[in-house]
Amino acid sequence: MAIIKGIELIKNGKRLDGRKPMELREMEMKVGVVPNANGSAMVRFGKTTAIAAVYGPRLALPKHLQSANKAIVQCRYNMAPFSVDERVRPGSSRREVEISKVVRLALEPVLFLENYPKTTIDIYIEIIEADGSTRVTSINAASLALADAGVPMKDLVVAVSGGKINGKLIIDLNGIEDNNSEADIPMAFIPGKKEITLLQMDGELKHEEIKEIMNNIFKAGEEIYKMQVKVLKDKYRVIV
Amino acid sequence: MIRSNYILKLLEKDERLDGRKLDEYRPIVVEKKIIGKAEGSARVKLGKTDVIVGIKTEIETPFPDTPNEGVLKTNAEFAPIAHEEFLPGPPGEDATELARVVDRGIRESKCIELEKLCITEGEKVWGIYVDIHVINHDGNLIDASALGAMAALLNTKIPKYEDNKIIRNEFQMDLPVVHKPVTVTVGKVIDKFLLDADQEEEQVLDAWLSIATREDGVVCAMQKGGKSGLKQKDVDDMIVLAMKKSKELRKKL
Amino acid sequence: MEKANGVREIAVPGEILGKKGKVFSGSGTYEDGDNIVSKFLGVVTRSENYIYVTPLSGVYTPKVNDFVIGIVNQVEKFGWIVDINSPWEGFLAISEAIDEFIDIKKVVLNRYFDVDDVIYAQVVSTRRGDIQLSMKEPGCRKLTGGVLVNITPSKVPRLIGKQGSMVNMIKEKTKTVIRVGQNGIVWINGENIDKAIMAIKLIDQKSHIYGLTDEVSKLLS
Repeated sequence: MAIIKGIELIKNGKRLDGRKPMELREMEMKVGVVPNANGSAMVRFGKTTAIAAVYGPRLALPKHLQSANKAIVQCRYNMAPFSVDERVRPGSSRREVEISKVVRLALEPVLFLENYPKTTIDIYIEIIEADGSTRVTSINAASLALADAGVPMKDLVVAVSGGKINGKLIIDLNGIEDNNSEADIPMAFIPGKKEITLLQMDGELKHEEIKEIMNNIFKAGEEIYKMQVKVLKDKYRVIV
Repeated sequence: MIRSNYILKLLEKDERLDGRKLDEYRPIVVEKKIIGKAEGSARVKLGKTDVIVGIKTEIETPFPDTPNEGVLKTNAEFAPIAHEEFLPGPPGEDATELARVVDRGIRESKCIELEKLCITEGEKVWGIYVDIHVINHDGNLIDASALGAMAALLNTKIPKYEDNKIIRNEFQMDLPVVHKPVTVTVGKVIDKFLLDADQEEEQVLDAWLSIATREDGVVCAMQKGGKSGLKQKDVDDMIVLAMKKSKELRKKL
Repeated sequence: MEKANGVREIAVPGEILGKKGKVFSGSGTYEDGDNIVSKFLGVVTRSENYIYVTPLSGVYTPKVNDFVIGIVNQVEKFGWIVDINSPWEGFLAISEAIDEFIDIKKVVLNRYFDVDDVIYAQVVSTRRGDIQLSMKEPGCRKLTGGVLVNITPSKVPRLIGKQGSMVNMIKEKTKTVIRVGQNGIVWINGENIDKAIMAIKLIDQKSHIYGLTDEVSKLLS
């Protein structure tokens, strides 16, 4: 997506897509979307759509990957070639490799890995459409997929991005905001304990601004968490 | 395992194996302009950690959104010589992450005036290749690499470009660098913050946060690592500590 | 409240279910300070002394003394490797399967159990992902004929019912023989196998609602 010099991303308190600074995009969440997987989920924020599937715990092979006393977690974040403006070549780019790593680290802290020695919990994420904040959308989806798979978890994981455009602090950056922002902070946290499991930042921010953005993220996360809980419980609600 | 437990026991008493304070870096050695063939270079040693960064300048096509700006590309090699666990082959996830973290520290700080690297708008610009080569891994590769990259960029010269050819040993200008971002990685273990963890200490860290700051106190990049979570207060304290420490590191550039 | 909808109480991972003290944390929950917290997306059961959560999905984790239905995958020199529908394979040693003395130099083991044979066996050891099986307990044998059906392992207790009430009802009404493995594999043989399978699948899907027994009974009539 283009970097447009001097673009006005926010005017009179309204962003290009009409949102207020602290407003999340329209969210949609579903679980069980990949029947073959042990667990799966789709999460959409505006146009950004991620499908996560969990396979496992299953035996970790080749054998040298196994850990004798706990499960390992393997994660692959991948963008479908058609998900962006300019086609993404199939295969793992360096960006995808890094995102796979940080997404894995965002989810591992809530998993009871000691329960499954010698196994692997494989998390696969496909970005079907990318319009900013794909890694946090992936984390929200993967968190649901893990719960759907019946993997024991200490808590769910919630993620959203915060940032600064034209001097104003905002929540949930879409594609054009992501590319033209003064700063961008994707963050994931464990809702119960407010423990941060993913934190990245790029741009130019004063310490005070970082603090404020993080507070905004914790707050927006509450809304996301509510929807995650609802979609999980709804799977088992009987329609009377 | 036994050594890890011992390291933790020491940390509980605010002590480290090599006698350092928790916020103390190992002896820092920065050598500049050590590779003749490179347009810029530096070697950084943090204790036994040894990283060489070489800068090569090439002719590139600019990115479509920035037709009159030079391009910056950063790569890291965890050379097999550096550690028994480094295997030959393309960069793994750790090397990939390190390159991208160092890259962001440089890029987001806007320390290189990329607009001054344009040759023909939309067609030809200078490409600045930052190649990080790890020679010995004894922990804190991110800080060493970031410091090395900055030191190398500061002695980089742009070669003359005549008749569509780069004249490698004749230079037209210094690389225009206007800021000096520095990265400090703050580790967290038990309830303590640890700076410049060596390789053994890195194994016991619960989590860490790499923070790149400019000399004007602006934070340009952050990257959390490690398997445990951080509280918001931790992040705050780590930023303060990193800002303070970066001043010392910056003096070495 | 949930009961009005006919659905039992459902918790998500991280949900606080109660405070330690009068009640204790049972399976599917963990303690966090004073709180009893759910580990799973599952059904909450509150007994006098415990709160526990039964996950609504998930792989089978073998426990010692579980009876499981397994399929022989490989015949080895000293025993058999058995697929027990869990992340780990099971191993059945010769000494745990056969009473008589066997001279392994002379006898080929697939004479006793061959690849693809179905067995009803017991888990006797689960140390660190090393699952050892035995067929010494009465009831353990090779299962021939019949059909195998998969259900979610955590729903096996619901299929069995209180003192076998649910599975016995299915057996009686469909005139079948049914063996249920704790690992979510069910073996059925007899007359009305199709009806029995329908009932079993219904339990798998609706284990979390009240009135399930009546619904199953209706299906079988």
